[in-house]
Amino acid sequence: MSVLVYTESEQGKFKKVAFEVASYAKAVANQLGTTVTAIAINVSDTSQLGTYGVDKVLNVTNTQLDHFNAKIYANVIKQAAEKESAKVVIIGSSANSKYLAPLLAVELNAGYASNVIEAPSNISPFTVKRTAFTNKAFEFVQITTDVKIVGVSNNSFGLVESSGSDTAEAFSPSLAESGIKIESVDKVTGKVTIADAEIVVSAGRGLKGPENWGMIEELASVLGAATACSKPVSDLGWRPHSEHVGQTGKPVAANLYIAIGISGAIQHLAGINASKVKVVINTDSEAPFFKAADYGVVGDAFVVVPELIEKLKAFKAQQ
Amino acid sequence: MKILVCISHVPDTTSKINFANDNAKFDATGVQFVINPNDEFGLTRAMWFKEKQGATVTVVNVGGSETEPTLRKALAIGADAAIRVNTAATDGFSVAKQLANVVKDGGYDLVIAGRESIDYNGGMVPGMMAGLTNANFINNCIGLEIEDNSVKAVREIDGGKETLSTSLPLVIGGQKGLVEESDLRIPNMRGIMMARQKALTVVEPIAANVETISTKFEKPAAKGAVKLVSPDNLDELINLLHNEAKVI
Repeated sequence: MSVLVYTESEQGKFKKVAFEVASYAKAVANQLGTTVTAIAINVSDTSQLGTYGVDKVLNVTNTQLDHFNAKIYANVIKQAAEKESAKVVIIGSSANSKYLAPLLAVELNAGYASNVIEAPSNISPFTVKRTAFTNKAFEFVQITTDVKIVGVSNNSFGLVESSGSDTAEAFSPSLAESGIKIESVDKVTGKVTIADAEIVVSAGRGLKGPENWGMIEELASVLGAATACSKPVSDLGWRPHSEHVGQTGKPVAANLYIAIGISGAIQHLAGINASKVKVVINTDSEAPFFKAADYGVVGDAFVVVPELIEKLKAFKAQQ
Repeated sequence: MKILVCISHVPDTTSKINFANDNAKFDATGVQFVINPNDEFGLTRAMWFKEKQGATVTVVNVGGSETEPTLRKALAIGADAAIRVNTAATDGFSVAKQLANVVKDGGYDLVIAGRESIDYNGGMVPGMMAGLTNANFINNCIGLEIEDNSVKAVREIDGGKETLSTSLPLVIGGQKGLVEESDLRIPNMRGIMMARQKALTVVEPIAANVETISTKFEKPAAKGAVKLVSPDNLDELINLLHNEAKVI
């Protein structure tokens, strides 16, 4: 009857989101008066989960699971949920978690709420708050099924430490057949992705051309940030689609979002609204982004950004 | 190849969002509705399969009669036929069950849906349809090639992409990248005239449980005024981000 949480990993180590979803699962378990069981796949050391409230880890070790496969992973989580008689299953909001979630919902015949940003506001009926209309609104949703799946939005609940430790238990689920084969993976390494980033540096048409992105990448590198761009910039082919943030691109829920030369169309603002602190740098003081930002600099990006880079380098050196 | 493209009828991306009935319901007053952008990329890709490989393309929506102009637009873009399942789209799971029933009835080889609708952002309908019809499923699909029964697809992953091979029947959750923005088609007069002659079949819903209930909406709190920093005083910006906002 415990709460089950799927703790994502990469190359044998937990991703940061694993600790956030574990923290969330602990909050739900406290509300329900039960314990937290995590399911971890191919993680060598699972002891960190105890810090975030996990009581037991079902530890799956199987080289056939080295590559993510949504159908097989969903089925593994289903077997864990059944073994634990879990009534609530917590997952994250990565591309992989969102891929497997609907398959898991069908397997468990469970109602699923995605993009959830707070611990349940009520447990009977089970009610969660989620973002909707691409962050233009919040929606309260009751999940009415016996088993419930909650997808927690990245960087919304945060990490909450508890005193405790987890016990690990080897778990050997059967593997489902999948009709999908991975031919190749093309992944940028050593670069912060928008999904995982705490800081995002984003630029728009104000940069005038793709040849001017060097300073954006440098600013991102100084801050340990991911780079992003506005829709027109990706439509013009100045930057890849994977960097497009906004309503039809990627949502951003960073701690700090820095918008450079982006006017702030409603679709763009919706996509980045879940970010905690927003900074805008723009020559046009009438740009709509200034109404949505916390801090603003009215000035020429080609002057402000290089100076900001130098000052940030000095600041980082002092830290 | 028989293709079914799922079309969500959503507020235009520029819409201001308001709620009615004491914040219990979306207020459609004055809102312009469009084909969900993620679905439109998929519809455009389907047109390519129709023109280059002789596929037939049917579009489907779960909703009331108010969604028919959106289906007519899809027909004007070039879909061959449209189906409307005559029930309000209440939650993702019940919509997926209605659509899965249409898929089984029509024997479609390929089902294209957007990775999520831009209104409720549930992101669950494509995957649930795949689960319910036992089809292969690729989400965040940004590339799709089909020869006979074999499929090569590209999926966007966090920080990159993955090339996958699979076979029909297949459901994809599509998005921008499947085709380019510049490939999207605006219906021309001939398309609009032809769309009037095409079949728009209304089918009655199957019994399907609702698994989630939307009870209340809230709008984000109004934002405080922006703090302006002079471009000559960027040390102050760093100071504010470090000491006040505590984000660097």
